Amino acid sequence: MTDSDDMTCEEALRLLAEYIDGELEDATRGDVQRHLDACRGCYSRAEFERRLKTQLVAIGTAAVRPQLEERVRALIGQFTVATRPPNDHE
Amino acid sequence: MVLTLEDREWFEREVVSALPELYGTARRLVKNAADAEDLAAEAVAKAWSRIDSLREHSCFHGWLFRILMNTYLSGRRKRTVQPTFESLEADDKESESFSVFARLHQPFLLWWGNPEREFLDRLLREDLERAVDGLPEAFRVVVVMADVQGMSYQEIADAVGAPIGTVRSRLARGRSLLQKALWKHGLDAGLVHSDRTGTTGP
Repeated sequence: MTDSDDMTCEEALRLLAEYIDGELEDATRGDVQRHLDACRGCYSRAEFERRLKTQLVAIGTAAVRPQLEERVRALIGQFTVATRPPNDHE
Repeated sequence: MVLTLEDREWFEREVVSALPELYGTARRLVKNAADAEDLAAEAVAKAWSRIDSLREHSCFHGWLFRILMNTYLSGRRKRTVQPTFESLEADDKESESFSVFARLHQPFLLWWGNPEREFLDRLLREDLERAVDGLPEAFRVVVVMADVQGMSYQEIADAVGAPIGTVRSRLARGRSLLQKALWKHGLDAGLVHSDRTGTTGP
């Protein structure tokens, strides 16, 4: 898919998930980036995987029942604290 | 560490602000809403008991979600004997590299259409939820940690007590199974044009 001999499509796709996850070292990340810049097919694949990952982030947020918020606030209200706060709460 | 009323008020504000994510993530880990609420509440209680391990207030979000995952994982270990990460490595090799993109991508249509983008556009939130919820637990946990919560491989490895290489392969398998489930749903729900159903790509 590309004239570049730096990295093959097979190598780029093998590293793609780690590239998108930000898990590659700078040099390898740069190699993958250069391949994606030069290869339309692999770039499209990367865009697809990135977008799917973005859509997955959204399902980690859900509407909270008021009863859960009340329960959590009541729970926190029971946590022990010092009666007289010091100046520095860190 | 002496905790003040001010600390507790700050903690409450942060927790309530994070609650939609805390509950939403818990909901992907357990099977029903009531269990997810229990898990979220348990994680909040553990977070307060470990507040001295929070180095910076700015790290609260990641710290709280690591506690959520640890709470879930420790509860799971107590409840049942699950297959270890290693024992699952040999299963279902055919699912290692399933790719919806490879099934849909049509290079000759680059300028006229984009079937893979259309596929993602047509996916509903509940389609993704169902696909994630249907993953075997050991895969679902790492997919939730990496893709839903954005945890690093090292953070996942620390949480599940497995080598980072195992996490990497488990994540690849989990994502592959997820795409396989989405593809099957796409076929069943008519999200995929019939001329793509016979494709046998990776």
